[in-house]
Amino acid sequence: MIATQPDAGGHFGPYGGRYVPEVLMSPLEELQHTYEEARQDPAFHAELDLLLHTYAGRPTPLYHAKRLSEILGGAKLYIKREDLLHTGAHKINNCIGQALLARRMGKKRIIAETGAGQHGVATATVCALFGLDCTVYMGEEDMRRQRLNVFRMRLLGAKVEPVTNGSRTLKDAISEAMRDWVTNVSNTHYLLGSALGAHPYPAMVRDFHRVIGVEARQQILEAEGKLPDAVIACVGGGSNAIGIFHPFIEDDGVRLIGVEAGGRGPALGQHAARFEGGSPGVLQGTRSYLLQDDDGQISLTHSVSAGLDYASVGPEHALLHDLCRAEYGSCNDTDAVAAAVTLSRTEGIIPALESAHAVAAAIRLAPSHPGQTFIVNLSGRGDKDIDIYRENLPELDLR
Amino acid sequence: MTRIGQLFERLKAENRCGMIAYLTAGDPTPDATPGLVAALERGGADLIELGVPFSDPIADGPVIQLAGERALKAGTTLARVLEIAKEIRKTSEVPLLLFTYLNPALKYGFERLAHDAKAAGIDGCLLTDASVEEAGEYVKQMRAAGLDTVFLAAPTSTEARLKLVAEYSSGFVYMVSRTGITGEQQNISDSAIPLVERMRAHTDLPLAMGFGISTPEHVAAFVGKVEAVVVGSAIVRQIERDPAGVEEFMRELARPLGKTGAGAIS
Ligand SMILES: Cc1ncc(COP(=O)(O)O)c(C=O)c1O
Repeated sequence: MIATQPDAGGHFGPYGGRYVPEVLMSPLEELQHTYEEARQDPAFHAELDLLLHTYAGRPTPLYHAKRLSEILGGAKLYIKREDLLHTGAHKINNCIGQALLARRMGKKRIIAETGAGQHGVATATVCALFGLDCTVYMGEEDMRRQRLNVFRMRLLGAKVEPVTNGSRTLKDAISEAMRDWVTNVSNTHYLLGSALGAHPYPAMVRDFHRVIGVEARQQILEAEGKLPDAVIACVGGGSNAIGIFHPFIEDDGVRLIGVEAGGRGPALGQHAARFEGGSPGVLQGTRSYLLQDDDGQISLTHSVSAGLDYASVGPEHALLHDLCRAEYGSCNDTDAVAAAVTLSRTEGIIPALESAHAVAAAIRLAPSHPGQTFIVNLSGRGDKDIDIYRENLPELDLR
Repeated sequence: MTRIGQLFERLKAENRCGMIAYLTAGDPTPDATPGLVAALERGGADLIELGVPFSDPIADGPVIQLAGERALKAGTTLARVLEIAKEIRKTSEVPLLLFTYLNPALKYGFERLAHDAKAAGIDGCLLTDASVEEAGEYVKQMRAAGLDTVFLAAPTSTEARLKLVAEYSSGFVYMVSRTGITGEQQNISDSAIPLVERMRAHTDLPLAMGFGISTPEHVAAFVGKVEAVVVGSAIVRQIERDPAGVEEFMRELARPLGKTGAGAIS
C-alpha cells in the first residue's frame, strides 16, 4: 500500500522535507503545529466547509461532456468543474484554509507568489474577506501575459510586487516571496499556492484541495455506479492534480494521469516537463524532480501557460511517479491551445490554459479507450487567458 | 583539527576577535578570485568564506544575488570553485570555508565533494538552505573527510533548535544577527546579542556573528561579545565598485579588531 501521509519530517519517500534557511525553521514548526491543531478542531472544519459552500461555491459539478465524448468516439468524459468556483480556479480552496490558519496564528500580513495570477487573485480575495494586508509577488513576464489578473488583484486591494530576477516567472516570484518571509516572519504568513515548498506546505495544501477528489469520487459513483478508469489533471506545482488524485490513490484500478507543460519542445529550457527532462534535487524548500543542469543550477523553463511554467514539482507527485502509481506525460503549447478551442466549441466551456493541457491529454487518450470513463479536472476558466488565445488564434481576431 | 580550529585557538591565545570575509567565488571572474582573497588576507581577514554562486539564492539580498549572476555568467561552477581554492592554497594558509546552497552540492555528490574539497585545501563547509534535520548524510561525509560543518543559528531558533545546531556544528557556529536575508544595514539588530547569550548555554564552540555587518562601527560593537565577525555584502559591493580598493576596505573594517595584518601599514 502507498503511504498517503508524509513522515514526521514531511518526507514522501525520498522527497519532500524541509530545506530552508534556519530563520524559517521555527516558523514552519509553528505553522505545522497550528495546522495539526486545526485539523483536530471541529470548529475549524465547520467554518472552512461553510465558506467553501456559501462563499466559494462548493460542491462543484461533475459534468458529463457528451458532445466532446461523442466526437472523440471513445472514452466517456466527465469534467470536474473547478472553473466554476469563485475567482475562477481551484486555488480558492487552499486560500480559504490558509487564511483561517493565519488568523489562528494572529498573523495580519499575508504574502504570496503567483504565476498565472489565479493564486494571487484567490489570495487577494481571502485577504479582502478576512481584512488582512496582502502582498503578491509576480514575475514581470507573468504580469505581462496575465495582465487582467494583475488588475483584479489591485482592485481587491492587494499590492502586486513585480519580480525582475531570472526568467521573471513563477520560480523567481517564489524566491522573492521567501526572501520577504525570512525578513518579516514575525507578523507575516506565507500563503504558498501549490503543493510545494517546505513541510508542512505540500501535505497541507493537498489536504485543502482533497475536497476536489472526494466530491468527484462520490459524484462519479452516483452517475456511473462505478469508479472511473482514469483521472486526468494538469501539473504545475501539482495542487489541483494531487487534490483530485489523492482520494483515488488506493483505488488500484483508477489510472492517475498528470499532464506537464511540453512547451515548445524537449530541449532543456523550452518546457516544464520535470518528469521527462528532470532529476531529483532541492529547490525552494523541498526535494523533488527538478529541471537543472550538470552543475545543479536550475534551468529556465517555458510554457504558454504561466501556471505550469516552473522548474520543480510537488514532492508527493515525485513519489507517486517513482512508485508508478501515477503516470506523467506532457502536452505542448500548440496542442493545449487547440484543446481549448475544441472544448470551447463542443461544450461551451473556455478553459484556463493550464487546464487545457489536461483536456488535450484526454482528447489524445479517449479515442483508443472505448467503454472507459475518464474524469478531467478543469482547474480553471479561461477568462484570464483571452489575450494569449488572441495572440495564438489571430484568424479569430480580425479587427 | 582543521585550520579553522587552529585559527580560533590562536585568536583565543591572542585575546582577539577574528575577521571572516565572504566573497562570491568567480565574481567578476574565476581568475580574479585568488587575487581578491590575497587582498582580503593582507587587509586583515582571518578566514575566507568562498561563496558558490547559485541560480536561485533565496537567502541573499540584491548585492550577493547580482554577484552570483556575474559569477555564473563567467562560467563558475562548484568544480571551478574547488580549483580556485587550490590556487589560493599555493600561496596561503588562510582557513577556507565553502559556502553553498544545497543543490549544487547534492548534484556534485556529498562523498565526492568532501574528498575533492579536502584535497583542494578547503577546511569546512556551510549549507545555506539545509536544516540540521536534513543534514545527517552530509555531516557524516564531511567529518569523515576531516572537514568542519558550520551551521546557522537564527534569532527565531527555539532552544531545542539551538541545541541541535550546536550538536551538528564544528569549527564554529554562525550566528545570524537578524531575521532577514544577506545585505548591508544601518544599525545592528537588537536580536544579535540576546542570540549570543542563548547560544552560549548550548555550546563551547566559537561563535561568529554575521548578516548586515558593514562598517567598522558595526564590527566594534561585537568586540568582546563573539569570537569573530563576518562581513559579506559590504565586501561584495566593494569588489563590484572598485576591486583595487578591497585591501584598504578590509583594513578599515578590521581596524577595531586590533590586528596588524601582514602588510598592514598602521
Ligand atoms: C487554473 C490553473 N490550473 C492549474 C494551475 C497549476 O497549479 P497546480 O499544479 O498547483 O494546480 C494554475 C496555476 O496558476 C492555475 O491557475
